[in-house]
Amino acid sequence: MFDFLDLDRYDLFGAFWTTVQLTVLSGIGSLIWGTILAAMRVSPVPIMRAFGTVYVHVFRNTPLTLIIVACSQLLAYTLGMTMWADFGTQSLSFRLAVLGFVLYTSTFVCEALRSGINTVPVGQAEAARALGLSFTQVLTLIVLPQAFRAVVAPLANVLIALTKNTTVAAAIGVAEAALLMRDMIEQEAQLVPIAILFAFGFIVLTLPTGLFLGWVAKRAAVKR
Amino acid sequence: MSEVPLAKEAADAAPPAEDLVVLDKVNKHFGALHVLQDINLTIKRGEVVVVIGPSGSGKSTLCRAINRLETIDDGSITIDGRPLPEEGRELARLRADVGMVFQSFNLFPHRTVLDNVALGPIKVRGQDKSLARTRAQALLDRVGVGNQAGKYPAQLSGGQQQRVAIARALAMEPKVMLFDEPTSALDPEMINEVLEVMQQLAREGMTMVVVTHEMGFARSAANRVVFMADGRIVEEADPHQFFDNPRSDRAKDFLSKILAH
Ligand SMILES: Nc1ncnc2c1ncn2[C@@H]1O[C@H](COP(=O)(O)OP(=O)(O)OP(=O)(O)O)[C@@H](O)[C@H]1O
Ligand SMILES: [Mg+2]
Repeated sequence: MFDFLDLDRYDLFGAFWTTVQLTVLSGIGSLIWGTILAAMRVSPVPIMRAFGTVYVHVFRNTPLTLIIVACSQLLAYTLGMTMWADFGTQSLSFRLAVLGFVLYTSTFVCEALRSGINTVPVGQAEAARALGLSFTQVLTLIVLPQAFRAVVAPLANVLIALTKNTTVAAAIGVAEAALLMRDMIEQEAQLVPIAILFAFGFIVLTLPTGLFLGWVAKRAAVKR
Repeated sequence: MSEVPLAKEAADAAPPAEDLVVLDKVNKHFGALHVLQDINLTIKRGEVVVVIGPSGSGKSTLCRAINRLETIDDGSITIDGRPLPEEGRELARLRADVGMVFQSFNLFPHRTVLDNVALGPIKVRGQDKSLARTRAQALLDRVGVGNQAGKYPAQLSGGQQQRVAIARALAMEPKVMLFDEPTSALDPEMINEVLEVMQQLAREGMTMVVVTHEMGFARSAANRVVFMADGRIVEEADPHQFFDNPRSDRAKDFLSKILAH
């Protein structure tokens, strides 16, 4: 049944490796940018709050494919931005895809963090401010450590969704798993086994994320 | 070289302002609700002022406005001669000099009792960690919870938690301490242990603003009672005169209600 699996012809592991790289790089970028966005959304500075709010609403409600395609079209062709594509081995479209995923996924990271922050009683931030701690100190020393527990499960969902969303990068020609799948289906005309194979591949990728973060959440709950 | 010590001497030589906290025509609205109406209040260094009044009269708002946890619409608030700064570094510095004790303690549940007390001096004042911990331990001893230092707040009784909260505020060596109903969330048998700590503080000369309905405390520790109703200061008097001989009808009415039970 799996005789189509000609590993000399199809770089299956290479394609999934690209998916992993897309996920990890976009995940790290989204966590950083999403945390900054969340800090903006709870900050006392109105302009920052407004920017955070508008950003989240615009990017969260735009279809991912549109963002990815727009990234590749607008930045690469119209603005002539090359994203340092002459460095390293990754292609320009790979970098643009990471950029698009970060722009999009960070909004979900931001909202997961923000809902976690909202589970921490306001009195905590007030007591911390009353001591003279700065906004950043209040956030990093008092609020985020307490929000963490409430944030792990939603963040796991965001990262799992990201792993699956990376298939959208096929739209701009990144040689990741979904592109290879399309290719193989065209060549081999064995739709069902190929689909099962790739579905299994994605489960292998996402399951550890879920299990690991589930374990982290338990640890956080037991602590103290 | 000589500039620095001279400047410091000059600063030391300047007589400290007698009036530590000054509120001048302070107004505050919550939407249509006028919670603070033309509040004028001066608190002198070393003075203990008890704020009393019916629920919703604006006592908490007044207290919170003094360290700008609530912003005000107009008027001015100065602390030790300096007006309250806008949000930012300056404000944080000023808040470090104003201790605050909340009705619901608000200890940091993810840190030990000792860390709760040492956190401010380490992170805000940049104090050496071991020195801050030694001083935190001494403060905990002073408020009678020294043997709880390694525990987490949730493992302590309400009375113990509130005494830790007082130690946490004192660790910053504040110029003035604000207490917003510090004993209202406590079981009756724990109220006295907290009041005793506050009474001792008052005797040691700490400047204090205390929102409380504890008349015993007001009579024995307060220099002045401020009675608020509907966002206004209705009466200001010596505690004995206020409780034995209130002048305003609002105060008479209020006192008859709280004395009834
Ligand atoms: N954040 C807020 N938003 C809107 N209204 C508020 C807010 N905080 C307080 N209020 C209202 O302002 C009024 C004064 O509140 P405040 O908490 O200062 O009263 P209080 O004298 O401390 O009362 P209590 O004895 O119940 O603590 C109340 O009517 C209250 O409902
Ligand atoms: Mg109140």
